[in-house]
Amino acid sequence: MSCDLTQRFVSGYLDGELDLVRTIEVEAHLKSCEFCARELENQQALREALRRSSLGYTAPASLRNRIQTSLDAATATKSPERASAWHGWQIWRLAAAFAVLVLCTVTAWQLLPGLHAPSSNQRIAAEVFASHVRSLEANHLMDVVSTDQHTVKPWFDGKLDFSPPVEDLASDGFPLIGGRLDYLEGREVAALVYQRRKHFINLFVWPDASGSSAAPVLESMQGYNLMRWSRGGFHFWAASDVSAADLAEFVRLLEARISPEAK
Amino acid sequence: MPETPKRERFEQTVLPHLDAAYSLARWLTRNDQDAQDVTQEACLRAFRFFDGYQGGNMRAWFLTIVRNTCYTWLHQNRAPGSDEVFDEGIHSTDDSGGPSPEIQALAGADRETLRRALEELPEVFREVLVLRELEGMSYKEIADVTSVSLGTVMSRLARARTRLRLALGAAMGKES
Repeated sequence: MSCDLTQRFVSGYLDGELDLVRTIEVEAHLKSCEFCARELENQQALREALRRSSLGYTAPASLRNRIQTSLDAATATKSPERASAWHGWQIWRLAAAFAVLVLCTVTAWQLLPGLHAPSSNQRIAAEVFASHVRSLEANHLMDVVSTDQHTVKPWFDGKLDFSPPVEDLASDGFPLIGGRLDYLEGREVAALVYQRRKHFINLFVWPDASGSSAAPVLESMQGYNLMRWSRGGFHFWAASDVSAADLAEFVRLLEARISPEAK
Repeated sequence: MPETPKRERFEQTVLPHLDAAYSLARWLTRNDQDAQDVTQEACLRAFRFFDGYQGGNMRAWFLTIVRNTCYTWLHQNRAPGSDEVFDEGIHSTDDSGGPSPEIQALAGADRETLRRALEELPEVFREVLVLRELEGMSYKEIADVTSVSLGTVMSRLARARTRLRLALGAAMGKES
């Protein structure tokens, strides 16, 4: 990589926002170029100065009070408006819309057995699938690039309200290469990134309030394989384009590491 | 009536981000009273749109509203002629002029010098630095809040850092 390119990417490198290939290229260049290495140090110094100065502002108490008052007003004025909406012809529009909705729901319910359990799993599967694809497309696979589980795990501290289990499976052919924050089910989740030869596996982890266990279930979506299971108070979803057999093997190895007693 | 749960949900999920909202508004308007007005207005907007919130990153969702409210407000209240129109193409040449302060100088920069230098940056650079360095947002979150691509976030941040360093260098040069 040239100095020109490195200068362009050093800021993204500092933020841990480069993809793996770029990261490796920048690191290689930094080792051999004093000029670019100094640029990185300068940027680090700037960041430290900014963080040290804690330049963020705190909302004054008076603002909090004002907001509560205006929310009170907003909540109070809603009701009469709503009441008046029930007058006149609008009620017929609402009634008609409601009737159509009921009819559609009932029909769908009877025709599509899949809807009987309007499975949250299908919804999550779609989100997991989308997240996996996006993570590869947007060059945003990882926020923390490390093959060391003792680097990846602490990285999540303070970013999540839980501590995800992090295991490296390099000795079994599934090296851990990093992690990032992601969003599923309306909450922040941990995404751990593993590699299988040239393929990536995204492992999404978040707490399971029910605490129940569920054995791994495989499904496929547009050429990708997804596996979901619950264990030890966590939901797990793995997504990848590796073969179903590879993914199952990955899950088995991971399970054996995380909860050996479950074997 | 669904009003009470909505209000409760709003207070539990949106209001924890009030400090971040006020801080962003404070940095964009550069004035306490204006920031308070904008934040209050943004809260009401967020409350109105709250039914349409589809899940996902709440802080990014809320800060997007705060930012838009800020820009609407700045657009309406700025004195005519003082519009801080910033064209990245026209202004790009001044990135390379002048020496940039070195590590020791940066390490010695005091809070007030930093605050002033950041406050005087053009909006596009100021907001991206505030979201990254003060709020600790990922590039993806910043891209969502500012409605630009990840690539643009990366190049803006790089330029913002260069400009901030140059501004600090100039400020500290004057002092000494």
